[in-house]
Amino acid sequence: MAEPLEHPHERLAEAGALAGRPAPPVIEPGHTFESVTDKISAIVLTRRTTIGWIGGFLISFLLLNMLLVAIGKLLVTGIGIWGNNVPVGWAFDIINFVWWIGIGHAGTLISAILLLFRQQWRTSINRFAEAMTLFAVACAAIFPLLHTGRPWLAIYWLFPYPNTMNLWPQFRSPLIWDVFAVSTYATVSAMFWYVGLIPDLATLRDRSESRAGRLIYGALSMGWRGSARHWHRYETAYLLLAGLSTPLVLSVHTVVSFDFAVSQLPGWHATIFPPYFVAGAIYSGFAMVMTLAIPLRKFYGLEDFITMRHIHNMTKVMLVTGMIVAYGYMNEAFFAWYSGNPYEGYMMLNRMTGPYAPYYWTLIAINAVMIQLFWFRSVRDNVGLLFVLSLLVNVGMWLERFVIIVTSLHRDFLPSSWDMYAPTRWDFAMYFGTIGLFLTLLFLFIRFLPMISIFEMRTLVPEAKVEEDLRVM
Amino acid sequence: MAHLEPQPTLYGLVAEFDNPTALVAAANAARLEGYRQLDAYSPIPIEELHDAIGFHHTRLPLIVLIGGLVGGLGGYALQYWASVSAYPLNVGGRPFHSWPQFIPVTFETTILGAALAAVLGMLALNGLPMPYHPIFNAPRFALASRNRFFLCIEARDPKFDRDATQRFLEGLEPRGVSEVAW
Repeated sequence: MAEPLEHPHERLAEAGALAGRPAPPVIEPGHTFESVTDKISAIVLTRRTTIGWIGGFLISFLLLNMLLVAIGKLLVTGIGIWGNNVPVGWAFDIINFVWWIGIGHAGTLISAILLLFRQQWRTSINRFAEAMTLFAVACAAIFPLLHTGRPWLAIYWLFPYPNTMNLWPQFRSPLIWDVFAVSTYATVSAMFWYVGLIPDLATLRDRSESRAGRLIYGALSMGWRGSARHWHRYETAYLLLAGLSTPLVLSVHTVVSFDFAVSQLPGWHATIFPPYFVAGAIYSGFAMVMTLAIPLRKFYGLEDFITMRHIHNMTKVMLVTGMIVAYGYMNEAFFAWYSGNPYEGYMMLNRMTGPYAPYYWTLIAINAVMIQLFWFRSVRDNVGLLFVLSLLVNVGMWLERFVIIVTSLHRDFLPSSWDMYAPTRWDFAMYFGTIGLFLTLLFLFIRFLPMISIFEMRTLVPEAKVEEDLRVM
Repeated sequence: MAHLEPQPTLYGLVAEFDNPTALVAAANAARLEGYRQLDAYSPIPIEELHDAIGFHHTRLPLIVLIGGLVGGLGGYALQYWASVSAYPLNVGGRPFHSWPQFIPVTFETTILGAALAAVLGMLALNGLPMPYHPIFNAPRFALASRNRFFLCIEARDPKFDRDATQRFLEGLEPRGVSEVAW
C-alpha cells in the first residue's frame, strides 16, 4: 500500500514546491479509523436514497432501454440500419469502441501504475475509477460484437473454440489480437476490482443492520476476517496484480491501435499510433474520472477524501497526456508531408480542408489548444470550470476517433470509390444508449458498493503507522 | 455420558487492542513467550504483523510464475497448432509459423494466466470462501473490520493454558480478553 511520505522534501517535490505553495493533503486532518469507515459505509448502508440519485438513475435507465430497443432493431433488421457502408465500412461501431476502451484506461492506470509508484493520492479515487473501467469496457465490447451482425455466431469467429467446421481464428490478424487484449483486460480489471472490494465487503457485512445486507455482503466477502496471514497473501497478490496490469494496460490500447496501424491505409498506417493511442486513452480516461469525481464529491460530501490535491494531480496528468496527444497530431501532419507520398499528403489535406474539416479543427481546438488552460493555477482551482473542461475533453477525444476513422476511409486511393459518411438515428441511439448503460451501472455501484476503498483510506490515517522501535523483531 | 471425552469447546483466547502498534507489540511478546499457534486480525494490512506472528513466506509468487508460464506457453502452443497444423492458411506467402504475429496473443495469455493464478491462488491459500470461522464468535469481533485489532492465541498451541494464557494476555494491557468458542 502507499506509505505516507516521510521526508519533507519529497512532500514538497510532489506538491510542486517551485510554485511556492504547499499541496493540499490527500485526506483532511482529523480523520480516524472509525470516521473513515463510518463515513464511507454510511453512503451504502444508512444514508437515505436521495431524489437526485433516483432521478439520475431513471434518466440513465431510460437511455439503457433505448439501447435495448436499438439492439433489438439491429438484430431483427441487420446492420444496414447503421450509416456505415463502403467505403466507410467502419464508423460508429469502432469510434465508440475505441472511445469507451480509452476511457477504461484510467481505472487500471490509477489502481496499478500509481500503486507501483507509491502515489498515495490514488487511494481515494481508485475504486470508482476501476468500476468506471469495467463499465466502460462493457460498453465498448457491445459495438464490435453487434457489428458482427450475428453475435451468437461470434464465438467461433472470435475465440479459438473447437467447432464442427474445424475453423480456427486467424491469429495473424490484429482484430484477433484485439479480442484477446480486450477480454484479458476485462477479466483482469474485474478481478482487480473484486479483490480490492473483499475487505470492504467484510466491513459492510459487519456494519449492516439488515439481515439481507449481512447475508449478501457476507457471501460476497467470502468470510474475510482480516487475519494477518490473509493480509500478507492479499497484499502480495495485489502487488503482483498491479505489476501484471501495468504492461497489460499499455498493451491494450497498443493492440487497439494495431487495428489501424497494421493496415495499409493512409491516415492509419503510422508507427506513432501505439504511444499516441495510449496517451490519448489515459487523457480521456482521466477526463472521465474528473467528470465523475467532481459531482460525486459534491453530492456525497466527500471533499475530505477527494481533496483539491486529487483534482490538481488529475488536471496535471491530463495536461501531460494531452500534450503527448497534441504531439501525435503534429507528427501525423509531419509524416504526411515528409513521406512525399501523394496519398498520405492528400489524406492530411482532406482532413484539414475537406468536408469533415470542422470536426478536425474542433478536436485540435480542444485537445491541443484548450488544455493549455490547465497550466494556470486559477483554472486548476476552479472545480466547476474543470468539470466543463473535462466534458469537453471527452467530446474532443470522441471527435479524434471520428476524424481518424472516417476521414481516412471516405477518400482512399481511388476517387471513383469516394463517398460521404453520415450516422443514422440508430447509430446515435446505440451510442447514447451505451452512455445510459454506463451511467445505470455507475448509479447502482455508488448506491450498493463503497465508492472509495475503505481499508486503503484507513491506512492513510496517522495512527495506522506502527511506531519505529517495533519494526525489527 | 460421563465416560466420553469432552468435545473441545474452546478455540482460543482473544485480546482486543486499539491500534496497530499495540497489536504488533502484543504479537511479538506472545512469540517471545513461546506461543506458536496464534493469529492476528486487523482492519488494515500491517506490514510488520505477519513476521510478528511467525508467518514469513507465502508460496503465492511461485504460483503466479507458474500461472504466467502456463498461460504464455499455452497461448503460443494454441496459435502454433491452429495455424500450422489444424487450419493452415496461406496469407500472402507468409510462413505458417509466423511467430512475430503470435506475440501479442502470447503476451495477453501470459498476463491472463498469471493474474488468474494470483487471485485464485490467494483465495485458495487463504482458504476462502469460508462461511464459518470460530473467531467470529469473539465478542465485538465485528469491529475487526472497523477500528479494533485482535490477537488470538489458539487452544491447540502446546503452551496454551486456560488461566496462564489469560494472565499473559491481560499483562499486555488490552482493552479486554475473552474466550472464543468453537
